[in-house]
Amino acid sequence: MKENGKRFFQILFKHGIRMITLLLAVSVISFALISASPIDPVRQYILGLGSAVSPEQRAQIERYWGVNEQPVTRYLHWLADLLQGNFGESSLYRRPVAEVIGERFLNSLTLMLCAWILSGVIGFLMGCLMGLYKDRWPDRALKKICYLLSTVPTFWLGLLFLLVFAVWIPLFPIGFSAPVGLKSGEVTLWQKLHHLILPALTLSLTSFANVALHTRQKLVDVMGSEYVLFAKARGEGKWTILKRHGVRNVLLPAITLQFASFAELFGGSVMAENVFSYPGLGSAVSAAGLSGDVPLLLGITLFSTMFVCCGNLIANLLYGVVDPRIREVANE
Amino acid sequence: MSKRMIKERNLAHGGWNHRKKLLILTCATAFLFLVIYVIGSLISDGAVTGSFLNAKLPPSTSHPYGTDALGRDLFLRTLKGLSVSITVGILASLISAVIAVLVGIAAATGSKRLDAFIGWVIDLVMGVPHTVLIILISFALGRGMKGMLAGIAATHWCSLARLIRAEVLQLRSRPYVAVSRKLGKSGSWILIHHLLPHLFPQFLVGLILMFPHAILHEASISFLGFGLPPEQPAIGIILSESMRYLSTGMWWPAVLPGMTLVLIVLLIDKLGECARKLLDPYTAQA
Repeated sequence: MKENGKRFFQILFKHGIRMITLLLAVSVISFALISASPIDPVRQYILGLGSAVSPEQRAQIERYWGVNEQPVTRYLHWLADLLQGNFGESSLYRRPVAEVIGERFLNSLTLMLCAWILSGVIGFLMGCLMGLYKDRWPDRALKKICYLLSTVPTFWLGLLFLLVFAVWIPLFPIGFSAPVGLKSGEVTLWQKLHHLILPALTLSLTSFANVALHTRQKLVDVMGSEYVLFAKARGEGKWTILKRHGVRNVLLPAITLQFASFAELFGGSVMAENVFSYPGLGSAVSAAGLSGDVPLLLGITLFSTMFVCCGNLIANLLYGVVDPRIREVANE
Repeated sequence: MSKRMIKERNLAHGGWNHRKKLLILTCATAFLFLVIYVIGSLISDGAVTGSFLNAKLPPSTSHPYGTDALGRDLFLRTLKGLSVSITVGILASLISAVIAVLVGIAAATGSKRLDAFIGWVIDLVMGVPHTVLIILISFALGRGMKGMLAGIAATHWCSLARLIRAEVLQLRSRPYVAVSRKLGKSGSWILIHHLLPHLFPQFLVGLILMFPHAILHEASISFLGFGLPPEQPAIGIILSESMRYLSTGMWWPAVLPGMTLVLIVLLIDKLGECARKLLDPYTAQA
């Protein structure tokens, strides 16, 4: 047990260092990309103020933004502020970026968590069915569905859902995370859930194919093994075998895969949030890109990278639990 | 197997064996794809300008996909948009595949430090959600076609690069490469005569399989507003315009162009799979 704990911290340390270097590199690259952009953030900021700006004020704003400084000095200033938790002010929402990200991430997290659990459950169940009925009609039909759904763009599925379940059959609202015109305190849990169902369903339906196909492959391997043959010889039924030998071997790899798919999850939520005008990070990042809100764009880029890296870290830690061989290789 | 049995089996499949059927299927899908592309790019700008007289018409025989709020024929716009998407997809996945081959070979044949560095870069690119990275790159290049192309090309090479690296590592341990090296052939000679011919099928299949992803990303990015300017016909733009009229019950601009996009992507996927089976029968069987 002590050995295991030591190993755990070794992996955590190794990946922690890697994560920090990755985040630093992302900050440098994204800053360089934004600096190279022909879109002038100061102009966008002044446009966003909505009032005429005198040349003196403009000069002051430019000094604040460091327009006349070298990009490297500007980057170092930005990084120093960042390390103190100051992400700057969003020119789109007129609030500190950290505050915007914090509030919107909570919305996004609810959406992504629901979709993540849903896609995991659907994917796992479908994968088990496909694996059990390998090459028979349930397998072939479900596989077709998986391939079809992985080619359907998230935003189009969202549009179809809106059309069918909000316009033709008005079961669900058209968008937003809560009814328009209500204060945040007055929104009930049911109203929140009601607005969450369609986006979460869209997001999970376009992302479960990966887990399903992976689970199927694993289960097919398990079902072909000798211990399953022996179990059959002992007279165990199909479902007992699945319960006793299948699920135990297949569940953990599937969960690991789910953790490793945070990047796709975030990318999908950008699309889903835009279709459903859901106020999360995804709709904020595209709004920031379109309106030239540089501080927010940089902040979300870093934040989403951190999110994905956390998922990868958890997946890497789980890999060691799932497969002792990987643990040994990592130890060498 | 006796000759008679083979003959019987061939007869059971209409006289054609599996490979021949596959070849014909590949050619047919490629031809269909080309026809759509050529027709789409031949449509003139004049054909997709509409008049308000026939705005918001539902699908009919003269307008199979109906018309949009400005009276433009949606079928022609969709086809033209598809040809633009296909051009972007081909260019982006070609650039991406070339990057993947170069990076993969460099990682497998270079020093250990270079290999570790490339692994780190791949982690870096995979660490940022693709949609966010494409938005960032598109922002850096001032939005529009160029930014989108660069963004899609920069994000799609990672998994193919890993595949190519593994393939090169495997090839390098083959006896004929070792013999060739003992015979005094230089590294570049081995690369050109032994490695590249083996990598070509991988490259081609990787390219075709990357292509649907590139097209879907193109549509997504145009949908968000970072791609082509709004007056250009593109599937993403048609769909994002359709959002505005969705609540009034205009279903055709949302459903039909999107369905066409999915069908095209399925077609290319099929083409990729056929090509994989034809070019690489051993791994495709497994």
